[in-house]
Amino acid sequence: MSERTINREGQLRRALAALRRDPLALTGSLVLAVLVVVGVGGSWLAPSGINEVNVDQMLQPPSWAHPFGTDELGRDVLSRVMVAARVSLQVGLVSVGIALVVGVTLGLFAGYYRGWLDNVLMRCMDVLFAFPVLLLAVAIVAVLGPGLSTAMVAIGVVYTPIFARVTRAGVLSVREQVFVRAAVSVGASDLRIMRRHVLPNIAAPLIVQTSLSLAFAILSEAALSFLGLGVQPPDPAWGRMLFDGRGFVTDAWWLGFFPGAAIFLTVLAFNLVGDALRDVLDPRQLTVSEARRSTA
Amino acid sequence: MKPVLAVEDLTVTIGTRRGPAHAVAGVDWAVRPGETLALVGESGSGKSMSVLAATGLAPRTARVAGRVHLLGTELTGLGEDRRRQLRGRHIGFVFQDPMTSLNPVLTVGRQVTEAAEEHLGLTRRAARSRAVELLELVGIPSAGQRVDAYPHQFSGGMRQRVVIAMALACEPDLLIADEPTTALDVTTQAQIVELVADLQRRLGTAVVWITHDLGVVAGIADTVAVMYAGRILEQGPVDAVFATPSHPYTGALLAARPDPAAGGAELVTIAGAPPSPLDLPAGCAFWPRCPVRGDARCEHELPPLVPVSAGHQVRTFYPQPSDGERQ
Repeated sequence: MSERTINREGQLRRALAALRRDPLALTGSLVLAVLVVVGVGGSWLAPSGINEVNVDQMLQPPSWAHPFGTDELGRDVLSRVMVAARVSLQVGLVSVGIALVVGVTLGLFAGYYRGWLDNVLMRCMDVLFAFPVLLLAVAIVAVLGPGLSTAMVAIGVVYTPIFARVTRAGVLSVREQVFVRAAVSVGASDLRIMRRHVLPNIAAPLIVQTSLSLAFAILSEAALSFLGLGVQPPDPAWGRMLFDGRGFVTDAWWLGFFPGAAIFLTVLAFNLVGDALRDVLDPRQLTVSEARRSTA
Repeated sequence: MKPVLAVEDLTVTIGTRRGPAHAVAGVDWAVRPGETLALVGESGSGKSMSVLAATGLAPRTARVAGRVHLLGTELTGLGEDRRRQLRGRHIGFVFQDPMTSLNPVLTVGRQVTEAAEEHLGLTRRAARSRAVELLELVGIPSAGQRVDAYPHQFSGGMRQRVVIAMALACEPDLLIADEPTTALDVTTQAQIVELVADLQRRLGTAVVWITHDLGVVAGIADTVAVMYAGRILEQGPVDAVFATPSHPYTGALLAARPDPAAGGAELVTIAGAPPSPLDLPAGCAFWPRCPVRGDARCEHELPPLVPVSAGHQVRTFYPQPSDGERQ
């Protein structure tokens, strides 16, 4: 076999081995796996329909029939939490996707060309960065009107500066490397150098940032929904369910508890996986014994 | 024969906060097909900068003036795109440190043919077989497998071979080697020097070799230009310059080479340091450190480059005796 595949396998093995050694990361990935399954197949897997109103069954505590209990309209909380997982994942992926594409592009150009372009772009990013995340998102939603897609755009805009900064920082160090000068010397165009030489070399911090941003994006979505600026009822969203449950904290704790736990677990899982990825992807953080093992 | 690359009256001025720095202060040299020109000098003497400026790779803050001809085409008036094309097609570069001049996340195969893909329009498949061919050319064993390896899987010497293969990908007319052996151990240095000399014989490529290693110069160069503070102090055929160094600086440099026969004798040095490029003296730049130290003329008047024998020129009012005796 060629050395390329050996090397690829080596990296995969290293990632898996690191996962095995790190029970937290393993737990995180398992939670994420469950979340993805539920998110994709939620409406089929859910025991009952999300808007099946049943007034006889209202505000039932958790039981075998309704493991997460029922809400004030007798709807099954478990089903609603499961279906809402899709919204959270969707908002997380789309908004971080927006932030990633826009932020990385801006950061690449700013860091590579420097000069006035860098100044203009990065000062704009600073302005965005200076606003508290939620305030900015609320402002954007206020302009565009509430709803799922505007929530995604708003969160995407809010997280763009982070990606632009991480990218620019990476580009600044990579562009001074001799291999970039070598690429210039053989006559490679700027775009080619950015795509082939610079971007792959800053992939590691970007992957880690993506994973961590997913956690925060989901949290932001929950906050927007909580404020009534995200998903509109009767569609379920974790933040919205939390809001609806707040009136019943003393009588029906399960209304707020389960959506809250779902948010907590999801954010925690993304953070754990992000930390683990950082350890795997950044060779400088390898311990000596790990480094030996991975080269042996 | 027409030179591959010729520069005339090349000056490079770099704007700094403390005023303009004269990195290269008027330099002429030319390298002909199949010939090796060695540019020798201390760090900061302008040897690298003159080459980078000639090929359009000088930093953006540098102001370059003078005329540069690549294969008879005047480069200075050309647009950046056209220059980039000519450079990629006709010139190959080998940089000092093979540890950093390869991209760690691309296989060596992809990197070796990067220029060829861009300038010759090779397909992926053709590029790959060309990469194997090139790696074989520079003496990398089992190139067929190594082509898919990453740079960290190579030793320093092997990486420099990869860099050389990369430089040769477009069959350039000129190879520019910027201290290619400095970062390597002595045995590997000899192999790389040998490799370049051998490739040059087989491919007929012209070479500009930037170095401060006079031993390497004696071994491979046809002509040598000794640079100091942005100017050429002495240039000519390598045998003539080494046998009869006419500038006191060349003499001092040659005398400063360690001599194994002398055993534990103390190394000869040249006292003092080169002048700052921010403040070049009006006269001879080497005057403050010169062992000859002629007269007031040296201090106030720039000596012209004068011929001492066929093709051998020197920039001093006091050419040294031609019997090889050094001061």
